[in-house]
Amino acid sequence: MSVSAPARGPITTRLRGRYDRNLWFAVFVGPFVLGLLVFVYIPIVWSVVLSFFDAHNTVTPSKFVGLSNYLDMIRDASFRSSLATFVLFALFIVPTTFVVSLGLALLINRARFARTFFRSVYFLPTACSYVVASLVWKLSIFSGVRFGLMNTVLGWFGIEPIAWLSVTQPPWYWLVIVTARMWLQAGFYMILFLAGLQRISPSLYEAAAIDGAGGWKVLRFITLPQLRATSTAVLLLLLINAFQAFDEFYNLLSSSGQYPPYARPPLVYLYYAALGQGQDFGHGSAGAVILTLLIALVALGQNRVLGLGRRED
Amino acid sequence: MANIQRSGADKAGSAIRYVVLGIGAIFFLLPFYLLLRNGLSTEADITSPTWKLFPSTLHWSNISDLFNDPAVPMARSLVNSLVIAVVQTVGVLVISGLAGYGLARIPFRYANAVFYFIVATLLIPAAVTFVPSFVLVSSLGWVSTLRGLIVPGLFQAFATFLFRQYFLNFPRELEEAAQLDGTAYWGTFWRIVVPNSAGFIAAIGTITFIGSWNAFLWPLVIAPDQNSWTVQIALSTFLTAQTINLPQLFIAASIAILPLVVMFVFLQRWIVEGVERSGISE
Repeated sequence: MSVSAPARGPITTRLRGRYDRNLWFAVFVGPFVLGLLVFVYIPIVWSVVLSFFDAHNTVTPSKFVGLSNYLDMIRDASFRSSLATFVLFALFIVPTTFVVSLGLALLINRARFARTFFRSVYFLPTACSYVVASLVWKLSIFSGVRFGLMNTVLGWFGIEPIAWLSVTQPPWYWLVIVTARMWLQAGFYMILFLAGLQRISPSLYEAAAIDGAGGWKVLRFITLPQLRATSTAVLLLLLINAFQAFDEFYNLLSSSGQYPPYARPPLVYLYYAALGQGQDFGHGSAGAVILTLLIALVALGQNRVLGLGRRED
Repeated sequence: MANIQRSGADKAGSAIRYVVLGIGAIFFLLPFYLLLRNGLSTEADITSPTWKLFPSTLHWSNISDLFNDPAVPMARSLVNSLVIAVVQTVGVLVISGLAGYGLARIPFRYANAVFYFIVATLLIPAAVTFVPSFVLVSSLGWVSTLRGLIVPGLFQAFATFLFRQYFLNFPRELEEAAQLDGTAYWGTFWRIVVPNSAGFIAAIGTITFIGSWNAFLWPLVIAPDQNSWTVQIALSTFLTAQTINLPQLFIAASIAILPLVVMFVFLQRWIVEGVERSGISE
């Protein structure tokens, strides 16, 4: 739809109308834009400024250090290892959650009865916070003591209890972290896949049935290609969310204020670098800027794929 | 023949599907069972060497013990969470609703520039900017205050974006009928558009509420003082503490998820729509 100026009324009212429109635009959009400016743009700009200064325990620093905060961050082995932790985490969580949520959506979509029931059951964990999931995972399912659920089950087979969260060789804590996030997220992405499945035209399936195609062939040549847009969106959302992982790492692994030196994804690293004892806002800001640029690249890819910002009218 | 074979295979396939769905459902419901089982047990029941499906007596008194324990600010943190979630939900709906409508319907020469100013922030997820946001909000003196917890979360570019998309597709005829009456944008919005958008508003409202109730990183950063804890921070503090009162922690977690579980039961339709809208637009 193209913008068409209403051409009614004499010229004076039209002029007044235009003036009014600017005013009304300000009334409607102004509060939001102002808030965005103060609480999003100013912090980002301020952070970029801080990243060029020596800012220990202060947010109004005076000692300009150029790019040295950035160089320190890139040289910092623990910063790089936080990026490596993210890559490892993403390699586990993205494919597994993708397959589980797609599988659930396919199963539920074909179910003839109890469909709403199963959808609700798998969607319900979305109501839980990462804190609550971490609590159940850490203190009950993967509790390292003998009465933990997993260790109880292992005990039935005569297997000794495993200290799930405190052994690094083998790194069982990954199993705990990945299953917790999977439980929380799978239902959310299942809903997206179900919506995508519902949009596939039934005539495609009818045509396939006439051609005698069934089962895997339909999945391979109709369902999956038709789900391409949804799949891409789900993959990118999974990736961006994994990049921002914080809650379950913090709640599963830290205890009495101490966080182990391993398994620190970027936000956990940043949290301890910028807001830990040092309050080193210079390095913290430089780290935030680097992470923001990295994630903006991913989000930019997402926007290209999804056409976000493309005008629909 | 072929037909009969296929229908047989269909039945077997259907049975397998239900078995898989059923087993999966048990696994997905397991954590809820554990929350209740442990929350209604005594410490001795939980640490017993043999697994009991449920404790021999259900200790409902754990709930009153929790609220009567002066060391645990449970009531206070629940109230904080509720205030934050309600104010943020209403605030986001009003602020983003107005902005989305303005962007969709009010002609303005620089509307495009304003729109890009807004969507540019979508590239930067809020979680990554917690350091700069902390710097700003602490400079305002808002550490450990409800303002510091609520206000930065009121300006959600994504909600504004979704509202704009929605209002672009709102039937113009309804608005034009109102404008003939001489009702200006303001009146049209509140009297015509809002009442006819209840479903969409409910969808955005429910997912905003869920996000707000479950938020963790920002409350952790900005509200260290015990009086300003949200329920998530309270749970996390006791979860990561040195000594843990297991039944108390589990009953507290059960109470913390109760409002959202109730929402999921009664408002699931809107939540599902909200998830679909926020995941991807058609």
